[in-house]
Amino acid sequence: MTGMDDLIRALEEEQLRQWPEFKPGDIIRIYERVSEGARERLQPFEGVVLKLSGSGTRQMVTIRRIAAGVGVERTIPLHSPKLEKIEVIKRHRIRQARPYWLRRITRLHKIQ
Amino acid sequence: MALTLMGRKVGMTQWFDGEGRAVAATVLLVEPSVVVQVKRPERDGYGAVQLGWGTIRPKLLSKPLRGHFARAGVEPRRRLYEARVSDPDSYEVGQTLGVEVFSEGELVDVTGTSKGKGFTGTIKRWGFSYRPKSHGHKLIRRPGTAGPMGLRKVMKGKKMPGHAGAQTVTVRNLKVLKVDGERGLLVVQGSVPGPRKGIVKIRKHDA
Repeated sequence: MTGMDDLIRALEEEQLRQWPEFKPGDIIRIYERVSEGARERLQPFEGVVLKLSGSGTRQMVTIRRIAAGVGVERTIPLHSPKLEKIEVIKRHRIRQARPYWLRRITRLHKIQ
Repeated sequence: MALTLMGRKVGMTQWFDGEGRAVAATVLLVEPSVVVQVKRPERDGYGAVQLGWGTIRPKLLSKPLRGHFARAGVEPRRRLYEARVSDPDSYEVGQTLGVEVFSEGELVDVTGTSKGKGFTGTIKRWGFSYRPKSHGHKLIRRPGTAGPMGLRKVMKGKKMPGHAGAQTVTVRNLKVLKVDGERGLLVVQGSVPGPRKGIVKIRKHDA
């Protein structure tokens, strides 16, 4: 039997989410559903995209922001059903696929 | 005693369960099986369905088997297997059973033949401990002693090196994450014995 991997890929396709296009270096805001006991609320997380890793349903996005003077990086599964919305706040033209030099930048919104 | 269907392991992937968690999952291909014979307690002493799975050229089967299929009025199948059921009267000869018999959220047991490991030592086969790699040790993976001093024999069943794997293994209580009737695919949470393309039997778990 051939094409067994295609079967998995076709199945995974259904779990993929449709998001606006963004690239490393862009500033995005992700709204995540968080349940506190019985209540559910949306928790936004805004920051610069440091890297996109993985493929298919396993794709992860790493976002960095400065919270209370401390750099915080979150790595979030991009196709998680817990994500409500992704907004692209600002686009940047960045040459690197993994712009780690952004970690040395403190005023992220000011970068060209 | 629950319905069992034969299928193939397609491979493993990641799946988001109902609560948004990413869990390890195995995809199984369940091609429809056809009921070849229904066994009833009155006649056969127990209740079961005999199922046929796969395709085969009739010429490769013995004449008695060909006759068995002809009597049921179904195409010859590569594999014949039996599933004990408590309600044999709800099945009839010629009926096809596919992946639809499973539903999302229910628990299944999956039986397969585990990957063969060949002749292995006690560490891989029985989980014995290593000995220290340093401090003057030389025999790092040896099994140690075969028994207590003074006992003039080796106890029966002593765990020794030998052939490991390629055994029939059943993994119980796997949660069904997704049933894809169109493609005949079943996604279960967790791992399943055997290599990809390996034949597995999926049994509805006893309530």
